[in-house]
Amino acid sequence: MFSFVARRILATVPVLLIVAVLVFLLLRLTPGDPAAILAGDAANTEQIARIREGLGLDRPILVQFGIWFGNLLQGNLGESFYYKTQVATLIGQRLEPTLSLAVLTICLAVMVAVPLGILAAWRFGGWLDRALMGFSVLGFSIPVFVLAYILIWLVSLKLGWLPVQGYQRIADGVGLWLYHLALPSITLSVLYIALIARVTRASVMEALGEDYIRTARAKGLPELRVLIHHGLANAAIPIVTVIGIGIALLIGGVVVTESVYAIPGLGRLTVDAVLARDFPTVQGLILFFSFVYVLVNLLVDLSYVILDPRIRY
Amino acid sequence: MVKAHIFRNWSVRIGASVLALMMLIAFAAPLLGTVDPSLFDAGSRDLLPGKSGEIVTLEGENLKHTFRMGSDSYGRDIYSRVIYGTRVSLIVGIATALLALGIGIVCGLGAGYLRWLDGILMRFMDGIMAIPAILIAIALVALWRGSIVTVVIAIAIPEIPRVTRLVRSLVLTIREEPYVEAAIALGTPTWKILFGHILPNCVAPLIVQGTFTCAFAILVEAVLSFLGVGLPPDIPTWGNIMAEGRAQFVSFPHNVFFPGIFLAVTVLAVNILGDGLRDTLDPKMAKRV
Repeated sequence: MFSFVARRILATVPVLLIVAVLVFLLLRLTPGDPAAILAGDAANTEQIARIREGLGLDRPILVQFGIWFGNLLQGNLGESFYYKTQVATLIGQRLEPTLSLAVLTICLAVMVAVPLGILAAWRFGGWLDRALMGFSVLGFSIPVFVLAYILIWLVSLKLGWLPVQGYQRIADGVGLWLYHLALPSITLSVLYIALIARVTRASVMEALGEDYIRTARAKGLPELRVLIHHGLANAAIPIVTVIGIGIALLIGGVVVTESVYAIPGLGRLTVDAVLARDFPTVQGLILFFSFVYVLVNLLVDLSYVILDPRIRY
Repeated sequence: MVKAHIFRNWSVRIGASVLALMMLIAFAAPLLGTVDPSLFDAGSRDLLPGKSGEIVTLEGENLKHTFRMGSDSYGRDIYSRVIYGTRVSLIVGIATALLALGIGIVCGLGAGYLRWLDGILMRFMDGIMAIPAILIAIALVALWRGSIVTVVIAIAIPEIPRVTRLVRSLVLTIREEPYVEAAIALGTPTWKILFGHILPNCVAPLIVQGTFTCAFAILVEAVLSFLGVGLPPDIPTWGNIMAEGRAQFVSFPHNVFFPGIFLAVTVLAVNILGDGLRDTLDPKMAKRV
């Protein structure tokens, strides 16, 4: 098992490296002077010259990548000319709201989607199953920001139950924090619920067709125990996998949701940085989000060993 | 025979009908009681849906006009902008799907058939797939500045690996088929085997993938415009109309809801069509998902 873990961790290194190369090339292959782009529209010639020298832009592209990657390994993502701070510091400051939103959304989605998926698979073809499949197509199709505005209009403006927008730090009280994040997480979780419920349904349905389920029922196990202990347990791997893959959608959703609900997190920072043409920040954020995505999926892969004792590497 | 089989599926019927209606709206936009979507009139700002007002044409005439969906804070007709926005969304969706399919097919055929290309190309694709699609699109549009062409390319790039993987996996199974072996034995040139023997057998799953790419592209274009990082705000797109309307959402929610409904219905129709096509054209894929 140790060698599996080690091999799996090693296998992510090339992917991370390619991501770094792509993000590096993003700026170099764009027409125009990278130093001028990185310095921002308001920079003077002196600042541009300093950046050009710092990045070694007059040297071969491989050397440039070496310098840039060396900085990256030291956690130096460059300096934001718009916010006048290190990009890494900036990301650290904005992490809490985004992490809160993402974690709440995932918890909510799993708590709703997995039971729904199991029920739909259990009563395959029934009204709940059809309603769920219909809902999942709807969930995939309704844009996050359209849904956000429908919910704001209904829940915040008409019913007055939850605030329209804003964010409270968790340090100011968990209740207030939840109160402000409830609507954004519900909005964001719809797409995720559609995704997870679909996969849960399909994989539990497959597991329920197996011989051991018939055996379990024949020996008189209660139906709930058959569903959870034999059905769900054997369907866990696809479910966990889709949660990992869904992180990419979640990151896209975070950018939109934070923008609509005025949450000062990383998604909002991404949009602000793009609008200010603050490319060191944009570059840093893309790297950060991609690394998180790759690492979450690494954890998902590693969890297979725990979820399925048959897996022995 | 195949055609009749496809159109017996209700998802295909519903999806295709709604999509056909949207295309009709896009083509017939000038005939649907619209005005030029860029026209504005300071006297007709923030009108509620159904109110009448005046609008100044490009020639400087004052035109009596009923604002079916109200007007925005510049006094532009939301109805005209939403109707013309259908054009942008459909063009972006279809163009992105074609571009992603075109490049993805070439890369996938190459990776699946040419051993030496496989490793390096697929690692590269893994790298692109590790970056969330919206972030690639946002960054590329920001670097290139928004226009329909750059938006299409920027949305297509993160979709290319998906098509490549699909084509590659199909090629890997098809290349073992007897008719491909026969073609190789007859000395058929590689490009002819790829495009004449292998590609025609990938068509069904590719149509299904293309439909989902189209839906995704329409959605991402709207997101980009909505965030203000997509097409310039004067171009009537559903995302732009919503972005303009969001500041006054509390008093004029219809500015956001009308384009939102069009967007959601269109994406839903394309997705339903894709689901139906998957069930009828590609039963193997239907079982996988």
